Amino acid sequence: MTLAARVIACLDVDAGRVVKGVNFVDLVDAGDPIELASFYGAAGIDELVFLDITASSSDRETTLELVRRSAEQVFIPVTVGGGIRRIEDIDALLRAGADKVSINTAAIARPELLREAAQRFGSQCIVLSLDARRELGQPSGFGVTTHGGRESSGLDAVQWAQKAAECGVGEILLNSMDADGTKAGFDLELIRAVRGAVNIPIIASGGAGVPEDFAAAINAGAQAVLAASIFHFGEVSIEQVKSALKADSIPVREPTKLVS
Amino acid sequence: MPPTVAVLDYGFGNVRSAVRAAEYVGATAVLSSDFNTCLNSDGLIIPGVGAFAACMQGIDRVRGGALIDARMVAGRPVLGICVGMQIMFEKGIEHGITTSGLGQWPGTVDQLVAPIVPHMGWNNVVPPASSTLFAGVESELFYFVHSYAVQEWVMTDTDPYQHPPTVTWSDYGVPFIAAVENGPLSAVQFHPEKSGEAGLTLIDNWISSLA
Repeated sequence: MTLAARVIACLDVDAGRVVKGVNFVDLVDAGDPIELASFYGAAGIDELVFLDITASSSDRETTLELVRRSAEQVFIPVTVGGGIRRIEDIDALLRAGADKVSINTAAIARPELLREAAQRFGSQCIVLSLDARRELGQPSGFGVTTHGGRESSGLDAVQWAQKAAECGVGEILLNSMDADGTKAGFDLELIRAVRGAVNIPIIASGGAGVPEDFAAAINAGAQAVLAASIFHFGEVSIEQVKSALKADSIPVREPTKLVS
Repeated sequence: MPPTVAVLDYGFGNVRSAVRAAEYVGATAVLSSDFNTCLNSDGLIIPGVGAFAACMQGIDRVRGGALIDARMVAGRPVLGICVGMQIMFEKGIEHGITTSGLGQWPGTVDQLVAPIVPHMGWNNVVPPASSTLFAGVESELFYFVHSYAVQEWVMTDTDPYQHPPTVTWSDYGVPFIAAVENGPLSAVQFHPEKSGEAGLTLIDNWISSLA
């Protein structure tokens, strides 16, 4: 078995434009998600996440158009998250060409959304996005947060992951709000705690600073590793991450250049 | 004239990517649920995601079984992708419930038993030398996302089949079938339209083989 550890880049998109710092000198338009997606595709990224941080519903159509263009030009899996509240939102994104959707706040308010989504569209395309933070008083020591980590939902992170898996989600995008932005490495304790409770894939997110951090997350039990700004600013390349994973005997995908 | 490819639209699968991938490698591709359009194209792609039983309902609604039978009789190529591959087999078992498939091949689609399920991500395959689909990409990884698979190939080489099948295996805790090439009928468990350049090459190989 050589299932490769997946290396994923996350792009924050607002009204169809990439925001939050992308700094590649050789891009004509660093704000164009499709151009960035193609850049990452050529660089060997295994998967992409578009996180839609658009506030207004009138911009939703812009996001759908982005997903349509993406599906037509980027031949790797794309997950879309952000602001998904209803079955209709999921349906629209999948029809536009998203391979998976990630659901966060709406599932906290109504866990049945996960079950309904998994039954209707299949587990393979429903991802739980879980923003966790250390929280005294929670059985696992980790709580589920909302509003970018500012507020506690009152839920235990490990129990919530279990509940979501029971509802049929196919994957967990596990964001550590403690590690996020620190560049001090992924939260390995959090990954181990959730790994011990579910048997679906985990994408580790938050805290990556150097290539070696990624191998530690995989060894802690994640199947995939995600980063954003360190990739966008060119601090760490996809190639460096894969080299570090390989150096730790973790299988990676190293595509051969085939299409000229 | 570039070859024409129809992608069967029956409500399941990331059809946009499949159409675009076929176009990318030079085919004229359409998304269609029209019987005649799908019957007469040079190649027909059957996509599919989600549940076996739900996909079979969708296939039945567009007379997909009769469509594929008619293409097989005429020797016209069909490529099944993911659940579009699984439904080519005799039956699928989900949550203890057995659903009949199209029965183009004997065999059963059953749950993958592995520590982490779904099998999600890029995995390698082991194509025999006779494979056309994998020419030039034998060593590449392909993108899988599935919880069920055919884990036993029950057709034997000594059976009097017109086209001896070429079976490609992969492994995720257990060996399972990653692809079958059997005369006009081919199918892959992974998503070539999501497998980067390796997947595009595979689709190119298939389209190049279209009469």
